[in-house]
Amino acid sequence: MRIPLSWLREFAQVPAGATAEDVMAELVKVGFEEEAVHRPTDTLQGPVVVGQVLSIVKEPQTNGKTINWCQVRVVPEGQQQSLTGKGIDPSGVQGIVCGAHNFVEGDKVVVTLPGAVLPGDFHISARKTYGHLSAGMIASVRELGIGEDHDGILVLSRIGLDPEVGTDAMELLGLYDQAAEINVTPDRGYAFSIRGVAREYAHATGTSFTDPASKVQVPEALSGGFGVKLNDDAPIYGKPGCDRFVARTVRGVDATRPTPPWMASRLRLAGIRSISLPVDISNYVMLELGQPNHCYDLDKLAGDIVVRRATAGEKITTLDDKERTLDAEDLLITDASGPIGIAGVMGGAHTEVSDSTTNVLVEAAHFDEVSIARSRRRHKLPSEASKRFERGVDWHVADVAAQRVVDLLVEFAGGTADAAGTDVGTAPDAVTIDLPAGYPAARIGIDFTEDHIVTSLEDLGAVVEKNSGSHTVTAPSWRPDLETKDDLTEEIARLVGYDQIPATLPVAPPGRGLTRVQQQRRRLIQALADAGLTEVLAYPFVSKAANDTFGTPTEGTGRTALKLANPISEEHGFLRTSILPGLIEVAKRNHSRGFRDLALFEAGLVFLPGEQLGTAAIPPLGVKPSDEVLDGLYDGVPDQPLHVGALLTGHDTPAAPGHTPRAWDWADAVDVARVAGDVLGIDLVVTQGRHQAFHPGRAAQIALRTGEVVGYAGELHPKLLAAQDMPARSVALELNADALFEAAADVIVARHISTYPVATQDVALVVPQDVPAGEVLAALREGAGELLEDVALFDVYAGKGIEDGKKSLAFSLRFRADDRTLTADEASAAREGAVAAAHERFGAVQR
Amino acid sequence: MTETLPGAVVPNPLDEAAITAAVDQAVAAIAAAATLDELKAVRLAHTGEKSALSLANREIGALPKDQKAAAGKLMGASRGRVNKALADRTAELEAENDARILVEETVDVTAAPRRRRAGARHPLSSLQDRVADIFVGMGWEIAEGPEVESEWFNFDALNFKPDHPARDMQDTFFVEPPEAHLLMRTHTSPVQVRSMLERELPIYVLCPGKVFRTDELDATHTPVFHQFEGLAIDKKLSMADLRGTLEHFARQMFGDEAQIRLRPNYFPFTEPSAELDIWHPGAKGGPSWIEWGGCGMVNPNVLRAAGIDPDVYSGFAFGMGIERTLMFRNEVGDMRDMIEGDVRFSEHFGMEI
Repeated sequence: MRIPLSWLREFAQVPAGATAEDVMAELVKVGFEEEAVHRPTDTLQGPVVVGQVLSIVKEPQTNGKTINWCQVRVVPEGQQQSLTGKGIDPSGVQGIVCGAHNFVEGDKVVVTLPGAVLPGDFHISARKTYGHLSAGMIASVRELGIGEDHDGILVLSRIGLDPEVGTDAMELLGLYDQAAEINVTPDRGYAFSIRGVAREYAHATGTSFTDPASKVQVPEALSGGFGVKLNDDAPIYGKPGCDRFVARTVRGVDATRPTPPWMASRLRLAGIRSISLPVDISNYVMLELGQPNHCYDLDKLAGDIVVRRATAGEKITTLDDKERTLDAEDLLITDASGPIGIAGVMGGAHTEVSDSTTNVLVEAAHFDEVSIARSRRRHKLPSEASKRFERGVDWHVADVAAQRVVDLLVEFAGGTADAAGTDVGTAPDAVTIDLPAGYPAARIGIDFTEDHIVTSLEDLGAVVEKNSGSHTVTAPSWRPDLETKDDLTEEIARLVGYDQIPATLPVAPPGRGLTRVQQQRRRLIQALADAGLTEVLAYPFVSKAANDTFGTPTEGTGRTALKLANPISEEHGFLRTSILPGLIEVAKRNHSRGFRDLALFEAGLVFLPGEQLGTAAIPPLGVKPSDEVLDGLYDGVPDQPLHVGALLTGHDTPAAPGHTPRAWDWADAVDVARVAGDVLGIDLVVTQGRHQAFHPGRAAQIALRTGEVVGYAGELHPKLLAAQDMPARSVALELNADALFEAAADVIVARHISTYPVATQDVALVVPQDVPAGEVLAALREGAGELLEDVALFDVYAGKGIEDGKKSLAFSLRFRADDRTLTADEASAAREGAVAAAHERFGAVQR
Repeated sequence: MTETLPGAVVPNPLDEAAITAAVDQAVAAIAAAATLDELKAVRLAHTGEKSALSLANREIGALPKDQKAAAGKLMGASRGRVNKALADRTAELEAENDARILVEETVDVTAAPRRRRAGARHPLSSLQDRVADIFVGMGWEIAEGPEVESEWFNFDALNFKPDHPARDMQDTFFVEPPEAHLLMRTHTSPVQVRSMLERELPIYVLCPGKVFRTDELDATHTPVFHQFEGLAIDKKLSMADLRGTLEHFARQMFGDEAQIRLRPNYFPFTEPSAELDIWHPGAKGGPSWIEWGGCGMVNPNVLRAAGIDPDVYSGFAFGMGIERTLMFRNEVGDMRDMIEGDVRFSEHFGMEI
């Protein structure tokens, strides 16, 4: 909401020298955030004066144009020019070259004299042009920054002005005024008006306030006016769509008369475009009183007005010349011809006022917030009217606003008001709230006095009645947001000042610290960073194709994923089921910035919808739903486990003297997965895996001891890397971190540490090429029995001395007993047992 | 330099002058040896079997009994002098040699390669941990919840009326199909609702996490960002307790000089509601108040939605943006730096925040 200061001053005590910034500094105290300052003099500086064109000499030019060489009087005849400066003629008459032709000798115009600065940092000076010294400019509205029309210069008589020559034109056009723009929160519809803001300014400064509504003389009662029926047969939540409709008639207006400059100036500062006098008046009153209203061309109305719900499929062409198909829930203003407006949202094109309008019907009505909000949303038609109705308009100001429009039409458009008028509807019950004594103090922590409470609430416009132990407060009609004792508490605190609230530190009961899962997550993330990976946070929005490739191991099965109804881009219209697509995008972005050697990781949620998706209904607010309904809500929220993904591409380190960088390979991906297992104390099982996103021969499936698969690691599929324009041999891994956390033992049981001597035995086994070393190792472990302390693969060999199609695996076995020194025979026997198991399972033969 | 003296006269082991001359000659040769190899040659020449002193020593056996003692004494002392000179010179030359090797082994330490890759945390992630730690230190617990939420948890339970313009304040990503009433949470407040439904009273929880709004990415907006919200529900909590908690937190975060300011504002889930500003002495363009977040007393309707009796319990809540905090705390000028995953951004912070 933009507040022209001259307008605010009419109703509040704004100091003469106050700037828009000063006003905003006051309003922020009562809860209105500063948005912007609108001040013409920030870009426009005088001298800009009224001049009268004494003579025009038309001079055709060689380029085909004709220019006007004008003599313009800029001080009253017989007076001396008091301004001095380069280019200012002491005679009071300036010679000016002008290219526009929409004026004649004798016209009064706006002259920007040498020394003036126009919007766009355009400095006016006397300059030689077309063979003359042109000392100034005859200005258009566009050059002055007060309108779009640049076809011609501003002739003052055409906007109804006949000022004295030499008058300060900036003063005349309201250009010294300025507006403060504030943000109005959705609960405060009343502050979308000068009336509301002036009251708040008074609250903020502790000064007096004059209600603009009180300045309007409204007849006691209206009757005999235009026929209006309120006929809502389908109220929403039982509230009638329209509970008041005031209609007034003004006849014999001249709609073509200019809008008074002060009104045009205020509208402009308020951000409203000047359209025509009747429309400007309508907008002016809306801004002043907060009551949206509408002017119909009375002669275009066909019969009585009926306010009713639409029939589905009914059509209307609105003021913006768009045909709209209506919904049965839309509230309409209709006449015998059909819809003439979507109530509270936008009027119809057919009945709008035009230059030829002579008789006007003024509407000021009160509509239901919800009904308007829904129509606005349905038709995507945010308007100044709907903005106010959605937030709540004062029921009691409708007749005042209608009267104010009538008064202004009579005064400026030359009309005559009918004595008869229409006012139908029923006032809603006033809201009364019981405010227990001590409640505001307990809630805020300030010891409010009786005076604090009563004065604050009365300043708001509430009626306060003191009872024993409480106050009964009747909320003002313009504050539909005041419904509860908490609402009143806020108002008292706000008016007393939030800066008065003391600080006390409540002590929480002893907490349990981070949960185990929270600690595990931190440890995992920190371990990956410690291992040399860089943490990134990618958006979770991915393409369907990315989910289909990365989200499921098997090609062609597709992935059930959540789709956004309103994504930022259709290309990224789905929620991720894997961390890797995001990491690939980040890697590519880094590539494009010259970073080829990357080790990235991210820990984040993935979205895995199951059978049940959401709930068909949403329980109402302010009440705890039943357990059954709550269970439904919980169950409808899709599974969202934490995954951790990593992507390694390029080399591990930069090249340096005496150091050869190593290209990341599949084993690094497996190793990072093992780091994850290690820091969480989980023994991960690595087996040969298959996943469509990975190289078919270089992918490891990562599982828990229970067999539950928790992820994959290895080289990404060469085709996929090529398609993604990623370096060949890039490697990646992804693990379900939640599954890891769950698998971690709650308590680790200590192992006995034997101090008896170790017996180490190496063994080389020849097995077929396709037997995984990990499985041979597992067989050795099982066959060796209890004496085996550890076994490790230390070499793989194939080639000379080994039969084709076979390989030799060299293991080192470490034996130790808990209770004695092992004999060489015992160790050898255990080794033989191990070898026998490997032989039995894989035909392994000792070399 | 004299080697062995072939054919030299073997001195008499009783001839003190001759023996002393041989010793002096040996000591001089030892001192003159410049390397361990030279010293070895000197040692052989002057103490070897064929050396004058050794030969003279051997003569003692042939002497008459009464002269043996004197000769033995003379020869013992003389050979002792030579041996000591040898040992001293050996130690000297070895020390020189050791020192030379060390000098020769000198490297250019400024050319040391980085053999290990230095990893990094994302500062949004580490800042989130730091904030959590401050509250854990106050006895609060950390609560978390899903990022795709039921509309009820995100809006209705938080007293957003279905048709109220307040719902439009938070540009929401909806999940298809619309009939399922699922959305990307627009704030972490649904975690507060879950906490109230699931936890024992009193409740003191901090809810950090990712949130989503349909803003296009630019220097100050991002559709995905992070928040932390606090919720306290207890008997007799007031707005003074809110202020005290925020002040304490601000000082933990920004130092003892930190100041906060509350301004009236509106949120459907709190009443009264306030905007929270923090005094930023180091702000670009001079010290100023910076908008940090929103807060207020929990609206009784929110308590009711969770089955908590607002006549017995009251609560306060607050919420701040992690990105915003990072922007003014660590002088990040452009939102995109935090979002795009440029490794330079994370790596500059390392593990610190």
